[in-house]
Amino acid sequence: MVESESREAIIPRVLVTKIGLDGHDRGSRIVAAWLRDSGMEVIYTAPWQKIDTVVKLTQEEDVDVLAVSSLATDHLLIPKLMAALREAGYQHVKVVVGGIVPDADEAILLDSGVSRVFHTGSTKEEVVQRISEFAEEARKAPAVVTFD
Amino acid sequence: MAVKKNRPKPWLKRLLNGDRTVLSRAISVLENETNEASAIIRGIYPHLGNAMVVGFTGSPGVGKSTLVNSYIKLLCEKGLQVGVIAVDPSSPLSGGAILGDRIRMAAQEHLRNLFIRSLASRCHVGGLSRATSRVVDVMDAAGMDVIIIETVGAGQSEVEIAEIASTKVVVCAPGMGDDIQAIKAGILEIADILVVNKCDLPLTNHTNRQLKAMLVLREALPDWTTPVLNTSAIDGTGVSELSDAIDEYKGVLAQRNSDGKDKGKKRMLRLLANSVADKVKKDLLETTSLEMDSICDAVLKGELMFNEATNRVIDKLLSHQ
Ligand SMILES: Nc1nc2c(ncn2[C@@H]2O[C@H](COP(=O)(O)OP(=O)(O)OP(=O)(O)O)[C@@H](O)[C@H]2O)c(=O)[nH]1
Ligand SMILES: [Mg+2]
Repeated sequence: MVESESREAIIPRVLVTKIGLDGHDRGSRIVAAWLRDSGMEVIYTAPWQKIDTVVKLTQEEDVDVLAVSSLATDHLLIPKLMAALREAGYQHVKVVVGGIVPDADEAILLDSGVSRVFHTGSTKEEVVQRISEFAEEARKAPAVVTFD
Repeated sequence: MAVKKNRPKPWLKRLLNGDRTVLSRAISVLENETNEASAIIRGIYPHLGNAMVVGFTGSPGVGKSTLVNSYIKLLCEKGLQVGVIAVDPSSPLSGGAILGDRIRMAAQEHLRNLFIRSLASRCHVGGLSRATSRVVDVMDAAGMDVIIIETVGAGQSEVEIAEIASTKVVVCAPGMGDDIQAIKAGILEIADILVVNKCDLPLTNHTNRQLKAMLVLREALPDWTTPVLNTSAIDGTGVSELSDAIDEYKGVLAQRNSDGKDKGKKRMLRLLANSVADKVKKDLLETTSLEMDSICDAVLKGELMFNEATNRVIDKLLSHQ
């Protein structure tokens, strides 16, 4: 191939989604637009996704970062999501959570493998910068498949 | 111990068995043309040509994704393996994209025999059809019976993508007068099947008649008359008729070219021609050659006709090799 690029140089792909019962998707819409405006490719879903579906979406879209918005108590489902991702072999995908997460719960999320919690009031610069770093890290992880 | 030479590689074995993780990563490699791309292309080449490839194209918001959703429901219920490639435009400013087509396909997301992949059009002119064509191939190798490509029918590059599909469905909505003019200019010509979606809305029959009238202007084929079907993607009206028309057209295609490999070559020739044209254009626009300068000058002053100038530039390019 003439036009070969290293995997790290590729445009980051991010899945922006919501799990659980809360349907307020303003926050996730704003974040999706921020990421697009900084040159990333965003796969955007409706709220109310099931954990299995999020795993399937992660697999099919080969995303680097999973951004889950939570404004109610749906973030308590995230440890389950983390376990499901690991079970499916997607431990290299970085997961970030944004929205309203009490401090005590933040520790639980980080313990379960979440890379970062963005609280309300996080700036665009901060969110974009961290997510693009996480995408780069995800790309550097050992490949899930090698083609020879 | 000597390894048997033609034993399939582990990734290829998994891909041919429909392994989703391998398929998904292979798509990324092909889309980005990273180092491993040629290994994949070589590996899958002997395993191509089984899938039926259907393109859905049409103006923004006419209901392509919703219609694809109803169609895949029907296909999946028949037990077929279905792959969807949903192409959305990239922002020309940032290069980023929001890929939202699959929101409309959410009702089918749980199905094991469905694989959806969103692609951003990115800014590579002409390259999008090459990338899409490779994604089609790798889905084909992974055992998809039907592969659906959704693109916004807005310009030349979309028409090219549509060309990858052997069956091209052009979707319109009722009462889009100006819009139909736009379709007439571009994608109407490539339609094998025309659909007036949102037939639950007024003006459907009016639009249907308008489209039929335009088709009359098109050169008639001996073996196929492009049907104009009414559908309502939200309640499923007309979707099984659409599915039947797609199957019927598949039969016509099979009659036309009994040799499938030849079609692959034709598609490759088209991709190559586009790629060469893009490269030559890019080089020419960046050239600082005095000879090009004087050719432009001569055409401007009317000393040289445009066609002659074109030929002269081509001669010049060839003589430099
Ligand atoms: N009334 C009616 N609305 C429909 C129908 N099909 C789709 N829609 C609506 O039309 C809007 C656009 O539908 P999409 O399926 O996203 O259209 P699209 O052509 O894929 O749009 P882009 O991918 O953005 O170009 C949505 O609000 C749908 O609910 C239909 O048959 N009838
Ligand atoms: Mg769409």
